[in-house]
Amino acid sequence: MTTAHSLLVEGLTLGYQDRVVIESLDLTVPPGRITAIVGANACGKSTLLRAMSRLLSPRAGHVLLDGKRVHRMPSKEVARTLGLLPQSPIAPEGIAVSDLVGRGRHPHQGRFARWSREDDEAVAAALEATGTLELADRSVDELSGGQRQRVWIAMALAQRTDLLLLDEPTTFLDVSHQVEVLDLLTDLNRTLGTTIVMVLHDLNLAARYADHLIALADGRLHAEGDPARVLTPETVEAVFGLRSRIITDPVSGRPLMLPIGRHHDTAPAA
Amino acid sequence: MSGSVTKTTQTPPAVPAAGAVDTVSRGRHRRGRRRLAVVVVLSVLIVAAFAVTLMFGRTFHPPADVVRVVLGQDVPGASFTVGRLRLPRAALAVVAGLCFGLGGVTFQTMLRNPLASPDIIGISAGAGAAATFAIVVLSLEGAGVSVFAIVVGLAVAVLVYLLAYRNGVSGGRLVLIGIGIAAMLESVTAHILDRAAEWDLQEALRWLTGSLNGTTWDEVVPVVIAVAVLAPVLLSRAGDLETLRLGDDTASALGVRVDRTRLVLIVTAVGLIAFATAAAGPIAFVAFLSGPIAARLVGPGGSLLVPAALVGALLVLVADFAGQFLFGVRYPVGVVTGVLGAPYLVYLIVRTHRAGGSL
Ligand SMILES: Nc1ncnc2c1ncn2[C@@H]1O[C@H](COP(=O)(O)OP(=O)(O)OP(=O)(O)O)[C@@H](O)[C@H]1O
Ligand SMILES: [Mg+2]
Repeated sequence: MTTAHSLLVEGLTLGYQDRVVIESLDLTVPPGRITAIVGANACGKSTLLRAMSRLLSPRAGHVLLDGKRVHRMPSKEVARTLGLLPQSPIAPEGIAVSDLVGRGRHPHQGRFARWSREDDEAVAAALEATGTLELADRSVDELSGGQRQRVWIAMALAQRTDLLLLDEPTTFLDVSHQVEVLDLLTDLNRTLGTTIVMVLHDLNLAARYADHLIALADGRLHAEGDPARVLTPETVEAVFGLRSRIITDPVSGRPLMLPIGRHHDTAPAA
Repeated sequence: MSGSVTKTTQTPPAVPAAGAVDTVSRGRHRRGRRRLAVVVVLSVLIVAAFAVTLMFGRTFHPPADVVRVVLGQDVPGASFTVGRLRLPRAALAVVAGLCFGLGGVTFQTMLRNPLASPDIIGISAGAGAAATFAIVVLSLEGAGVSVFAIVVGLAVAVLVYLLAYRNGVSGGRLVLIGIGIAAMLESVTAHILDRAAEWDLQEALRWLTGSLNGTTWDEVVPVVIAVAVLAPVLLSRAGDLETLRLGDDTASALGVRVDRTRLVLIVTAVGLIAFATAAAGPIAFVAFLSGPIAARLVGPGGSLLVPAALVGALLVLVADFAGQFLFGVRYPVGVVTGVLGAPYLVYLIVRTHRAGGSL
């Protein structure tokens, strides 16, 4: 294949029991690009990601991966194309880091699969890329929150999918590791053409790293497109109920959002 | 916009440094070797314990006689004791132990909770109550009792699972519900026993404590068949089971069909437990202990199915031998394993309680 995979949702309605979380959403993930989803807590970001990776069945509408409905595709086939890092994965007791990362190879292995050289290479590359190689033989339950988060990212990388969905990949990470992870995802995108979709809470990092920004409010699409166009005081007000100013980030030339609280308003809001 | 590349093939391997690949594969081999060593040592111990059980008892039979009996030759004096009494008994100890070990560790791993073993969450209690009911009230015997117990054991498993189901199953909720159901079933059993005739009581008690007394080949064969059919099913799912430990979301993102896999695992594990229980009674805590012991021995890495099965077999063999000959009185195997398991159960409950009751 020479074109990137396409992922889009049509008329997607999602919910749990009797509450609807996302309502008739239409969305196209730009292939080969980095997309960031932003929105307030509980607006349905994780729900959307779970549906896109077939963890949650839609009430209405569908998710199309390369034109096929993901919910009708064989699960391993989906898992070879599309990877997901959930928001709060469970770290089992007594499993070594490199074995955990090796679980990412599961969709590539048969029922009685032998471990291949390629599996080892994928795991090693993922550990190296996330700076967790020296943790390889440690047990996952004795790691710090940030180390563990990087191990989870390594697991998603070891899956070697062309599409990668990440739910808040930077939680638990200190500022330098946040930037490192986002740089790493950018590398992946630039060198391998991996399509990245990630939920981020830091609007400024989202605006800096994403080619495409999606702002959700109450389960509906509020705005999407070039971060410079989407990240405006109006969007921030509508999505987060927060007054803000937007300036140009002197480092990246992307928009930079400065929140205005109740105590620090020295200049009139734009 | 930055010029991102829109080229995608099956992602080419980003080549890691050779040293990194070595680190990964060496670590994996080291853990694999430890697991293999544990499996080999356990197998040797099982063979040794098996041999000892055949040779020693109220009368001693030398190894040469034992071998000849096992090979099917007629050895005066030894053929009856070794061939008819000791051999089926030891064989049942091994296969029942395998069943309990496999069934227990499957549940514990799948539900990510050491307390979630079939003998804690009411499946054994269900089989026991059913057997008692069948013996005392329905006056059934032999295979009828077994079938009844197996069906009810499965039904209890399904019931506990359904009651605990809410957007997927959490181990903690299932354990609490299972313990509740187990308590209910045990009071039902007590009530039935209360009105049992003397002879029925004997028979029912054997069912409740777990015993290998008077084992015949008729009891061994169904369990052997169960192991031969069901164990390969479980082993073929070992990778799925390991992946399920990462949580339902991660597992399905990795291509595991979570609900279907869980169904297969539950039916297979309950089947193993039920067949073993039907033949030997619910030998206390073997299912519950085997997994954690195997985990200690193996350390981090790899599936626990095979090691736990072997630990189960060894536990039952040794406990049965000890129960017969180590104390002045003969105790059924279930009493010995019960005494071994109870402190661990208390320890686990205390530990989860200390850790904030997150069960
Ligand atoms: N398993 C569930 N069962 C019932 N309701 C759920 C479940 N998961 C999420 N919800 C509800 O769906 C809504 C959206 O949740 P979701 O996790 O998608 O939010 P989010 O945008 O990812 O929030 P956050 O930024 O806090 O992660 C919330 O109101 C939440 O309570
Ligand atoms: Mg979320």
